[in-house]
Amino acid sequence: MREQFEVRVNREAITVDDTTTVAAAILRAGVAGFRQSPDGHWRGPLCGMGICAECRATIDGVPGQYTCQRWCRPGMQIVTGAASDGEAPDELEER
Amino acid sequence: MPAVPQPVRVLVVGAGPAGMQAALTAVASGAAVTLVDGSPSLGGQIWRGEQSHSRAAAALFERVRGSEVRLLFGCQIVDAPEPGLLLGAAEGKAEWLPYDRLILATGAREIFLPFPGWTLPNVFGVGGIQALAKGGLPLAGKRVVVAGSGPLLWSVAAYLRGRGAEIPLIAEQTDLARLVQFAAALRFLPSKFMEAIGIARTLIGTGLRTGCYPVHAHGADRLTAVTLRTSAREWTVDCDYLACGFGFAPNLELPLLLGCTVRDGFVVVDEWQQTSVPGIFCVGEPTGIGGAEKSLAEGAIAGIAATCDVKDRALKGSTASLFAERLRCRRFADALRRGFALREELRTLPASDTILCRCEDVTIGRLIGHPSWRSAKLHERLGMGHCQGRVCGAAAEFLLGWPMESVRPPLFPVHVDTLASVVPSREHDG
Amino acid sequence: MSLPDAIIIGAGIVGAACAERLSADGLRVLVLEADVAGSGATAAGMGHVVVMDDNEAEFALTRYSSDLWRARSAELPQRAEWEPVGTLWVASDAEEFEGARRKLAFYRERGLQAELLDEQSLHEAEPQLRPGLAGGLLIPEDAVTYPPPVAAWLLRQMQERGGELRQSVRVQAIAGDMVVLANGNQLQAPLIVLAAGAASVGLIPALPLQPRKGHLAITDRVPGFVRHQLVELGYLKSAHGSSLESVAFNVQPRATGQLLIGSSRQYGQTSAEINHGILSRMLQQAIGYLPGLAHLSILRTWTGFRAATPDKLPLIGPAPGHEHLWLATGHEGLGITTSLATGQLLADLVAGRPPAIDAAPYAPSRFADSFREEAARAGTV
Repeated sequence: MREQFEVRVNREAITVDDTTTVAAAILRAGVAGFRQSPDGHWRGPLCGMGICAECRATIDGVPGQYTCQRWCRPGMQIVTGAASDGEAPDELEER
Repeated sequence: MPAVPQPVRVLVVGAGPAGMQAALTAVASGAAVTLVDGSPSLGGQIWRGEQSHSRAAAALFERVRGSEVRLLFGCQIVDAPEPGLLLGAAEGKAEWLPYDRLILATGAREIFLPFPGWTLPNVFGVGGIQALAKGGLPLAGKRVVVAGSGPLLWSVAAYLRGRGAEIPLIAEQTDLARLVQFAAALRFLPSKFMEAIGIARTLIGTGLRTGCYPVHAHGADRLTAVTLRTSAREWTVDCDYLACGFGFAPNLELPLLLGCTVRDGFVVVDEWQQTSVPGIFCVGEPTGIGGAEKSLAEGAIAGIAATCDVKDRALKGSTASLFAERLRCRRFADALRRGFALREELRTLPASDTILCRCEDVTIGRLIGHPSWRSAKLHERLGMGHCQGRVCGAAAEFLLGWPMESVRPPLFPVHVDTLASVVPSREHDG
Repeated sequence: MSLPDAIIIGAGIVGAACAERLSADGLRVLVLEADVAGSGATAAGMGHVVVMDDNEAEFALTRYSSDLWRARSAELPQRAEWEPVGTLWVASDAEEFEGARRKLAFYRERGLQAELLDEQSLHEAEPQLRPGLAGGLLIPEDAVTYPPPVAAWLLRQMQERGGELRQSVRVQAIAGDMVVLANGNQLQAPLIVLAAGAASVGLIPALPLQPRKGHLAITDRVPGFVRHQLVELGYLKSAHGSSLESVAFNVQPRATGQLLIGSSRQYGQTSAEINHGILSRMLQQAIGYLPGLAHLSILRTWTGFRAATPDKLPLIGPAPGHEHLWLATGHEGLGITTSLATGQLLADLVAGRPPAIDAAPYAPSRFADSFREEAARAGTV
């Protein structure tokens, strides 16, 4: 059994291990829409292999990360809901 | 006095079956081999991560790990600034990769076709949902409709079922007659045949519909149901997830950037897997979609060819059997292509307000009147977003007959300072 | 259509502007484009509408055209992404700041809005600029735009007046009042306008034009990162010097929130391939002014070719020694800015109307010698 640890998805604690991708952690938190397209449509991961760019979210303050290509690490802070590619959502600034 | 000969530097791009086998073969010939991949681990898309259950995969993983192959993960190739040198980006840093011989094993990606609702969250690719599941997405109790085309539908459905998902339906767009023809071609590859039997056993009780395809995904901010169509009827199935993919398209960006000749959508190679550019080899899906067995055979051939002179290659005892194996695999690949050719009706699914380019929200309607990809790109922003046309490109080719444009660096979005880094040999040029 | 009154070769923004103005004068216009409308340098360029001050002729043309842009900006389609962001010329040291003062005086004497910013106000205007810069000069009326849809909009107006656009049509030669196509067909018109940018020289070898290659890069969406078009004052040295190769800092905020990063200039290049050495120098220059750029993502890079004349002024008017041929090319890096004025001047000259500004500095006849030499060579063969 691999060691379990917590990451935070939009401040909610989610228990994962180091074989969990950030995308899967976000989905586990019940979040389906990871980000908004230029016209404001919600989007979530599609390809799961670092091609489509739909799973982008902010990881530890760095916006626009491909969450399907990143493993969870203890204490990771993950924020979804950015309204455009590079913009960090408001929630991040309050932290 | 002659200089001590340096080992030939072989760079392998892509750590799926083709790339792993090529790297292992090359390192066995005494080459200095680097194996680079954009994802965080070995296996490529087909043998993703350490969790793979395939014994063949596990054995290959172990051999690669135990070898002297230098492994570089999480590194995307973004540019080829001069002959013999690639630029990679790893965790936001520049990684210069010099080589004497280059083996391209860049794999393939799923083809997604637009239909109303296909952009809703919880509509995934078929390979996509499998990747997410291997990355820790829980599936127990989830209702997943699996749709699209190709053998991957069945193996992923079986995998998802094994993870506790309920599969109300597998919708395969190809007709039963073609499917039967394809099944006959499995004789070329006994291992495929056994795999198919195993999968079929797992899927007993799951509805398989041929000549069936999704026409509408429903939901407000996430998927709730999907409408499917056959020639006889149209009906709606409630579900949590839709896994939908229409086969595979090769990743041709790097071969094209390097100037390799591409014909009919695939990289042209000679009998030794060498491309039109001397010293650059290509193996696996970019030379023809055929799966892991074809990749392994081609990888081994390229691994020999990249490290041995022409006269020495024949001395390698295994080449005859490798060539024979590759021929069997190519026959299987042909059967795959014929068996799962996409039906005409799929071109009629998108409505005028259906999005084709997800990155830039470009609808099908906005493309009317444009004569080419370039025209639609310049005037409507088609393909101008983050995926650089990797998703909408194949769809536009299928729907509109627009071929891919030329390729420019960066091949993937990359930090400004990575692209700004100076070619190492030039640092002191002033 | 029946025989056209004018054939325009090139559906970039200059050809489109000429087509729109000539059709407004009642001419039946046929536009031939080798690729698609609004491609070439129109698509590859940065898309700025800027008033420049290197010499009186350049100032007169850019200012006149800039006025024409602003007068029509409300009609532009949304996709034209018209953004009156202003240009902020950045002075890195005291010497460049002196240059900014001289620019300020030049613009103010001619009634143009301009504002000098000291180090502190520069920082307040653009917090992402690195500290320690000397100051800057703000030209608030300058704007940026995405030109391909503007070309399409101009061509639509021409089409509504009975004109025609043909795309993917390659012109092989111009002979008198005939245009010979690559497929062998011939088209005839009393007026032929060559507006094919750097490609023009392929049809009329005597044109005093050299391709001047440029590289550009565009980032992810990062709304608000910068607020104005930013250009280093050292730009003038590189843009107007004659060195074979140069880079300069020029960054624009686009309507999408993306940043467009330029610029480079290279003579003697004909391949459209990205040159990593030039690209990396250009990006380093940009990071030097905007350190925060370093960790933004580049989505795409591309190149284009400016059509440069020896005196950096365009060629607008009849071609010496060619009875039916007029020129609208040679705009170097200012083709977007000066497109609308070019169309208006050319239409005025064709109609025999006095133009709003003196058109003499742009007359191709200033290079009459090189046209004569060509005629002489042609005659001796």
